[in-house]
Amino acid sequence: MIKKINVLSITLIFLIGCSENISPVDSGLENQIYHHGNGSEPQGIDPHIVTGVPEHHILISLCEGLTIPNPNPSGSDGYIPGTAESWTISDDGKEYIFNLNKNAKWSNGEPVTADDFVWSWKRILTASLGSQYPDMLYYLEGAYEYHNGLIDNFDEVGVKALDNHTLKVNLKNPTPFFIGLLSHYSTWPVHKETVLKHGDIDDRNGEWTRPGNFVCNGPFQLKTWELNNKIVVEKNPHYYDASMVRLNEIHYYPVSNVMTEDRMFRAGQLHLTSSMPTQKCPIYIEEKNPNLKIDPYMGTYFYRINTENETLSDVRVRKALAYSIDRQLLVDKVTQCGQIPAYSFTPPGSNGYQPTTEIPYDPVLAKQLLAEAGYSSDNPFPKLEILFNTNEGHRKVALAIQQMWQNELGIEVELVNQDWKVYLSREMVGDFQISRAGWIGDYEDPNTFLDLMRPNRGNNKTGWENMDFDALVEEANTINDQEKRYELLYEAEKILIDNMPIIPLYTYVRVYQLSPDVKGFNPHILDHHHPKFIYLERD
Amino acid sequence: MVAIFFRRILVAIPVLLAVASITFFLIKIAPGGPFDADKAVSPQVLKNLNEAYNLDASNWEQYIDYMSNLLRGDLGPSFRFPGRSVTEMIATGLPVTFELAFYAILIALVMGIFSGVLAALKRNTFLDFIPMAVAMIGICVPTFLMGPLLVLIFGINLEILPVSGWGQLPGDKILPSLTLGFAYAAYIARLSRGGMLEVLNQDFIRTARAKGLTERMVVVKHAMQGGLIPVVSFLGPAIAGLLAGSFVVETIFQIPGLGRFYVEAAFNRDYTMILGTTIFFSAMIVFFNLMSDLAALWLNPRSRDAS
Repeated sequence: MIKKINVLSITLIFLIGCSENISPVDSGLENQIYHHGNGSEPQGIDPHIVTGVPEHHILISLCEGLTIPNPNPSGSDGYIPGTAESWTISDDGKEYIFNLNKNAKWSNGEPVTADDFVWSWKRILTASLGSQYPDMLYYLEGAYEYHNGLIDNFDEVGVKALDNHTLKVNLKNPTPFFIGLLSHYSTWPVHKETVLKHGDIDDRNGEWTRPGNFVCNGPFQLKTWELNNKIVVEKNPHYYDASMVRLNEIHYYPVSNVMTEDRMFRAGQLHLTSSMPTQKCPIYIEEKNPNLKIDPYMGTYFYRINTENETLSDVRVRKALAYSIDRQLLVDKVTQCGQIPAYSFTPPGSNGYQPTTEIPYDPVLAKQLLAEAGYSSDNPFPKLEILFNTNEGHRKVALAIQQMWQNELGIEVELVNQDWKVYLSREMVGDFQISRAGWIGDYEDPNTFLDLMRPNRGNNKTGWENMDFDALVEEANTINDQEKRYELLYEAEKILIDNMPIIPLYTYVRVYQLSPDVKGFNPHILDHHHPKFIYLERD
Repeated sequence: MVAIFFRRILVAIPVLLAVASITFFLIKIAPGGPFDADKAVSPQVLKNLNEAYNLDASNWEQYIDYMSNLLRGDLGPSFRFPGRSVTEMIATGLPVTFELAFYAILIALVMGIFSGVLAALKRNTFLDFIPMAVAMIGICVPTFLMGPLLVLIFGINLEILPVSGWGQLPGDKILPSLTLGFAYAAYIARLSRGGMLEVLNQDFIRTARAKGLTERMVVVKHAMQGGLIPVVSFLGPAIAGLLAGSFVVETIFQIPGLGRFYVEAAFNRDYTMILGTTIFFSAMIVFFNLMSDLAALWLNPRSRDAS
């Protein structure tokens, strides 16, 4: 009996071992099938409802807005024509005329018209749809009012179809980053007839996004969708630029476990990973792993301070905390993955924006500020609490900062980690002293960061309100001249750092693994990679 | 046995209703909601979302609404995945979880019973010590370590098996089934060894041997029937545990089973999905416990005759 089992198992292993073992990456090269690690299972693929990064990766292959990100961005040339082949902007910067590509078609072969954009924008601004990104279009005349029920007639909103291929957009203010906004999926069109066939304009649960039903205007079309397994998209023959598209299929895998994704990459099952296990990053850097990519990314890791807390309402205390953090040490010894110390809220360099703010590492000054605030050995500083969502990376950063504040200022710090939703709800109601935060830009402009800290913004969460800051950001958004605009924003940034309701720690980098077979995949500060430029080729 | 079956089914109904009710109010108490996100939505948008999912009604109204839908077999729409119903998502993940559990239990039974019986028969020899030591390791090594270890050896170093997936690449079901099966094989080995040792010392075994039966007949026909009752009793909770607890293996091997939906629903505060999967798994636990109780009754000649 035992002998039989042994013979059987040896034969089995032998058979498996001898079978020709072609990995998906190898076979993908031959068939132009791109295997894409995609983080988590997407909420859906309705561009007006979903909100996440995995959803973006899929949607950028299925649908297309008026503009697309330039694969080789240089200076202000960050966006190139998408469904709009050209556009003109009025001198006052408030009126845009988009000329749609006459060959642009939906994946069912019907032409894409200007009316399709008008209807799609009406859909996202329909309050009962419950879209989470209507504010992307609040820059249009009447858009905020329509969404909030102040006006009922959509004709009063600043978007009109002049004819089948001409779209006119009127903005409230000159908004220099408006072209960039248009490459965000919330502004992309949906196929009216398909949506209405499966529900009303405001139906969140319509089945129009299922394989077989889904119609959109991107370079690929939806082929299959196996929940929690993979989504397959195939080349759309009706795409106006189909001859440019070299990939035949993209397979998106919702791999939420970073270690699993790393193993899949090493075993040749993926061309691209969505992230990297943090503990492996320094090892791969030391090994000079050629597949490891570290690209600039428009995101800031920071600590929010609850300025309504009695102790932390004193700006000297907030500055003392910020000045006693050695950011260089933090990125060199703790995060260890090419992150850049942050001395401003907006990451420098994005679209030519170079804030001049400084946050010194000066423990002596920090101690002095704390003394000025009235803390001494007779009146010791009360215990502080750092709130963060449960994650090994956040814990390491918090530990390092706990140590720095303990050593430099003699402050006792308690670390509190909470489940993601508990952490969010505590932040929302202001039940924290200091909390970990991160922010990734939605579009390539400092406004995507600075707008956050204006009074009454839901994501401010610090209780800090500064009317001078607010006026500067407001005024900057009415100016068309980028240089003058940036001057105002630099000033706003300075007020923010002087008041320190947040402590910037480091600028994110995008860390991932990429197979050398993948070509046409260039670093992009928002991590937008249009798949029509990507192809597979072995050197 | 038929009476026992129906009595237990009747008891199960209030149990499941109680599970549904307790779960409903527990998730309402948990801080955070389904639409809390890093990028907070405006109060207007939140109001629209709450209206869309009837979350603006009072907890009691929502409870009555949910329970009446539940009694009609409607588990509602998922909050996290717009356009998907909870029933549909359970139906998608269930066959995969069942298949994984089936292979795992098969591996566990074959490996566990074989080594357990062998250890009992060869008591206090190397054929006892070695399988039992391995079983102890199987119990002690958690699946989140066993899985990556097997992947490292067979997937990355030897390159003979895929490291993840389910039904995508040839042989991708082997490592997850082994990982999950091995942990249960260890328990079954120890249980069958214990059960067999107890039975092998009893009079009817001596009688069987005195009758001149072959050792194989004594073990297979007489000893195993009684000796494996603990294993059968263990199987009910084990299968239920396999179904509900396959989350770790499903995550390590990127398997689209129900376990991942279950755990991720809790993290996402996907209320209807948490309720749907909890009720479903409770029903599974009740059902498999009942089945294993009935099987144990049937295996035991005294209770079989009595019923």
